[in-house]
Amino acid sequence: MSRASLFIPLSAFVVIVALLYAGFSLNDPHMLPSALVGKPFPAFDLAGLGVDATPPERFTQADIQGRPMLVNVWATWCPTCRAEHAELLRIHNETGLPIIGINYKDDPVKARAWLQQLGNPYEFNIVDADGQLGVDLGVYGAPETFLVDAAGTIVYKRVGDVNRTVWERELKPRVDALLDSRAATEAGAGGSAEPGGGPHG
Amino acid sequence: MDKVRMAALTVLLLCCSMLCAAEGAIEAFAFDNPSQEARYRALSEEFRCPKCLNTNLAGSDAPIAADLRDTVHRLILEGATDQAIRDYLQARYGDFVLYNPPVRRGTLLLWLAPAVLLAIGAFAIIVMVLRRRGVDEPLNDTEQARLTELLRDAAVTAKEVQ
Repeated sequence: MSRASLFIPLSAFVVIVALLYAGFSLNDPHMLPSALVGKPFPAFDLAGLGVDATPPERFTQADIQGRPMLVNVWATWCPTCRAEHAELLRIHNETGLPIIGINYKDDPVKARAWLQQLGNPYEFNIVDADGQLGVDLGVYGAPETFLVDAAGTIVYKRVGDVNRTVWERELKPRVDALLDSRAATEAGAGGSAEPGGGPHG
Repeated sequence: MDKVRMAALTVLLLCCSMLCAAEGAIEAFAFDNPSQEARYRALSEEFRCPKCLNTNLAGSDAPIAADLRDTVHRLILEGATDQAIRDYLQARYGDFVLYNPPVRRGTLLLWLAPAVLLAIGAFAIIVMVLRRRGVDEPLNDTEQARLTELLRDAAVTAKEVQ
């Protein structure tokens, strides 16, 4: 017994190391699990940024449904938003997936200048000046990106930049699944399935 | 002397800058009555800032914490109950915002771990105390006889050495 008890400190050490290892390999503690996945996109009624051709210049949650799309929360004060901008442009240009922008607690003048300078991947932009839509979306830092399905339900949320890896690993499989199931139901209903999410301008 | 003065001035300025920083989280909110204000204070202490891991809403300078303080203030003025406000924030930010998370399968470990650790500690202490008591047990007759013999031998040896 006394010989066995000599090993207590060693085994305690091993247990602590194992717990620490497990703790550090968990997800980043800054990444909150999203409470909104599986829920409908929250209700809102907000003005547009005024750069996008699409009328009307006032938007509600009814504009965020009908086909799968990305909703990207961004601001000109957010350096990571600038970093991910090129990838959003690429996704929009190469896949035609509609991307809706939420211009979050930003200066609209700066926001319009930003889109003119860097290019505009957004179908339209919603101005969330006081951050209320951000609160309803559980946003705690820009950029955040939501994948919304055709029924207007939030399927996935990404906190942080959307880069090539995130697109390939997290977003693209989910987008493809949504488009596939949509094509299947449309084919079943006798409608014409159009892969790629339809035309865009 | 100049150096001392400079040092004193530096410390004073540092203190001032800290005061300013601490004041960042204080907003002038208007309430209809003192009980609303008390509820606001209690609630902003109770919720965790989503951006910062270990700060509550009241203590955080993060913009999102300010937004959520605004939200709590607005909901109180709209007549929401404390529980309704908790539900409102939890629906948007999940259990993370609650420093007092509900007991369910995912949080069971969190709730039970302290009690389990306490029980392990208590058990260890009891075992140690019992073992130590075992050492102090009175000698039986044979052991007593042997002890007397040894002591006598030792006394004899000591005398011979003298």
